[in-house]
Amino acid sequence: MAQIFEITVNGEPRQVEAEADLPLIYVLRNELGLTGTRYGCGLEQCGSCMVLIDGEPSYACARAMDSVAGRTVQTIEDLGTVADPHPLQQAFLDEQAGQCGYCLSGILISAKALLDRNPSPSRADIVAALDGHLCRCGAHSRIIRAVDRAAAMLRGEGGV
Amino acid sequence: MSVEKVDLPLSLTVNPRLEQWLKFETDETVRVATGKVEIGQGVVTALSQIAAEELDLPLDRVVMLSGDSDEGPDERYTSSSLSIMVSGASIRLVCAEARALLVARAALRLNCSAAQLSVADGRFFVDGAASDISYWSVAPEIDWGQTATGSVAPKAPAEYRIVGQNVPRQDLPAKLAGGAYIYDRIPDDVVHARMLRQPGRDAVLRALDEAAVRHAAGGEIEIFQRGNFVAFLGADERSVEAAAAAAVAHAKWANAPDIEPGQQGAAWLRGQPSDDRQYGAEVNPDAPGEVVEARFSRPYIAHASLAPSCALAQFSGEHLTIWSHGQGMHPLRRNIAEVLELPIEAITAKHLNGPGCYGHNGADDVALDVAIIAMHKPGSCIRLQWRREEEFGFEPFGPAMLVDLRVRLDEEGRPADWTAEVWSPTHVQRPGTGSGFLLAAAALPNPPAAPVPQDPLEEAGGGGTRNATPYYDIPKTRILHHLVTAPPVRTSALRTLGALPNVFALEAMIDDLAIRAGADPLDYRLSMLSDPRARAVLKTVAKRADWSQRGKGGEGQGLGLAFARYKNTAAYAAVAVALRVDEQVHLDHIWVVADGGLVINPDGVRNQLEGGAIQGASWTLKEQVTMLGQGVTSLDWDSYPILRFSEIPEIEAEVLNQPEQPSLGVGECSVSPTAAAIGNSVAHALGHRIHDMPLSRERIMAALLN
Ligand code: FES
Ligand code: FES
Repeated sequence: MAQIFEITVNGEPRQVEAEADLPLIYVLRNELGLTGTRYGCGLEQCGSCMVLIDGEPSYACARAMDSVAGRTVQTIEDLGTVADPHPLQQAFLDEQAGQCGYCLSGILISAKALLDRNPSPSRADIVAALDGHLCRCGAHSRIIRAVDRAAAMLRGEGGV
Repeated sequence: MSVEKVDLPLSLTVNPRLEQWLKFETDETVRVATGKVEIGQGVVTALSQIAAEELDLPLDRVVMLSGDSDEGPDERYTSSSLSIMVSGASIRLVCAEARALLVARAALRLNCSAAQLSVADGRFFVDGAASDISYWSVAPEIDWGQTATGSVAPKAPAEYRIVGQNVPRQDLPAKLAGGAYIYDRIPDDVVHARMLRQPGRDAVLRALDEAAVRHAAGGEIEIFQRGNFVAFLGADERSVEAAAAAAVAHAKWANAPDIEPGQQGAAWLRGQPSDDRQYGAEVNPDAPGEVVEARFSRPYIAHASLAPSCALAQFSGEHLTIWSHGQGMHPLRRNIAEVLELPIEAITAKHLNGPGCYGHNGADDVALDVAIIAMHKPGSCIRLQWRREEEFGFEPFGPAMLVDLRVRLDEEGRPADWTAEVWSPTHVQRPGTGSGFLLAAAALPNPPAAPVPQDPLEEAGGGGTRNATPYYDIPKTRILHHLVTAPPVRTSALRTLGALPNVFALEAMIDDLAIRAGADPLDYRLSMLSDPRARAVLKTVAKRADWSQRGKGGEGQGLGLAFARYKNTAAYAAVAVALRVDEQVHLDHIWVVADGGLVINPDGVRNQLEGGAIQGASWTLKEQVTMLGQGVTSLDWDSYPILRFSEIPEIEAEVLNQPEQPSLGVGECSVSPTAAAIGNSVAHALGHRIHDMPLSRERIMAALLN
């Protein structure tokens, strides 16, 4: 039986009608048009679908709607745009971190959560924060560098 | 500009008219078309650099059109590291010719000589003074339907200002902002679809418990069946997904495959029916000299794209439009036209970005699936995404390979003759290029005949034989190739084809022969490598890795290196790997040095070299497709693990600059030497050679017990 759920998505309160066990990713992509959240496996194994729920990185492919009710969801669309990129997105551009790019939405989300709680992460911290993500193209080392660069930018060390 | 006779690149012979490549638009841009598509390798950006260079335009005046079967040139597939060599060479010639035509026309209009004209930002200057005409005002006066002659010499490399620069990838900004993919195309009234896959080409659907499937779906679905082709359609994506997931257990098939336990291993290949060929020199088995033999293997591996394949299609009643992330839109529409019995012109295929594919994955097959469904539902836009299990279970795999090396040594302990005996299923079943067909064709009434496997020709670099011949100076080399004709799973092109196992084997043998000869592996290689470019990459990588300080080995720390020239004709690459081995392998550092001739975008090339090294490492250390009974059993990322962030070493990639040399395909050159350097480094660390990939924990433990 479908129910009405209230969630806040990228700062806006939304009402969604959905089955209680419907994974959040379907709502984001098919109901709300937020297609930047990517499907990879549906199994919490690849990290492509990562979103922030109350600030915590969470697999949208496995979060049932009734566990998201009343909460705040943040997706890649809230980070920045092509015209006005978030420092993380800018750092990924500066490092040219990515090949096919399919993994990047999810990775940017986990990176944001990391930098929100730890402005000066070590390489090991970055790796730990991203270890739930797969990248098949092998862009890893650039991605690690990009997160490091973004951290420096956000600390105000713009000249990296 | 001097005029000379040029051999036209293949793409230009097939698409001879200038208008197939170039269009001067009213908004003062130039549309440059290519049949090659972006698969994460940055090719579209690199091609735009070549166009802007020859047209003397800033990059932002060049707008690329890529992968459009109606408006762009037919350049077959984006594969084999050929894009810059073939499409790039064509675009270079076409743009040089276009510029010359425009200049000649402008000279006529301005009543001056061509030599008096210069061009800046598309505007003409006479003896340095601005005129009021530009490319765009002159372009309509030129017949772009004329055939390219290829006779206008392009710029000399010394004049380059855009080619050879690090130019940021054009596709990345949108990808970083959550856009740009085929997956984002979800029209409002779209019909979602999922498949029930025929488990094998001979399998016949005996029964499908439709009630159980509808129950599992939860929402409204339509079940569409034609022969053994079954799809679930509906407005709600989750319902069709649930239906398809449940249907697997509710379908009964006759004649499904029945794979036996041993068949997933490379060892099984030996003794199977095969198409046998021999290449190279005759080798006298009774010649004098010590003979060294070793056997190497690599299991079936997967493309394992990060997202399952997806396609959309809409049939108007007359015309079928397909959106796909496949590697070639012209071949795709030809192949689909054949199955659907439509005229080719009745189909348009348009490329949209997908996840990296690294070869022939499910992208083409899903496009036929969705086309079949679209024909059944005229007017509706159908969106079909394979399930994760479906991609892992039904993509065409990278073949298992068995490689036997037999080397006869001369008195100095160097190879006098070298035989590589290779057993492998085919490395190419792209429909239209060899023997394969699009997957769903076998499920329809009147399926195509079973394919007769073929491998790529030796002139094209071979498949199972790719890089089986050492690049070293060896008096006699030969290859015995057994193309195994009936493997348990469908196989096709995966990045580097047979080069990875062949280079892994041959570079291991070289290291072992060096040890046997009491020589340093680097010196031993250099003593039989006369090509100066090959020597340069090896020496440079050795310097970067501090090779002269290498320890004696056997104590868990390894440093190994390897070299290959991809296909023995494309880019050169040498790789060194430092690692530690306890119960498993920990990569510490990878150094890659490559020479790809003229490099269009050095940072783009480094990105490819790094990615290739990581993918090669992942295949070497971790990956193996498993199968049993009806099919593949490694159906998720737990059962098919790949290298993770926590396993990534430091990587340094360096490109030796050779602007005067022709561009050589670089996209694949770092993969195989990385695999081989890991193998050699592990052997150095353990004091013991592991011959079979992957170099898994089990194999390391077994080696430690030895
Ligand atoms: S799609 Fe959610 S983890 Fe893979
Ligand atoms: S860039 Fe392709 S999967 Fe990460």
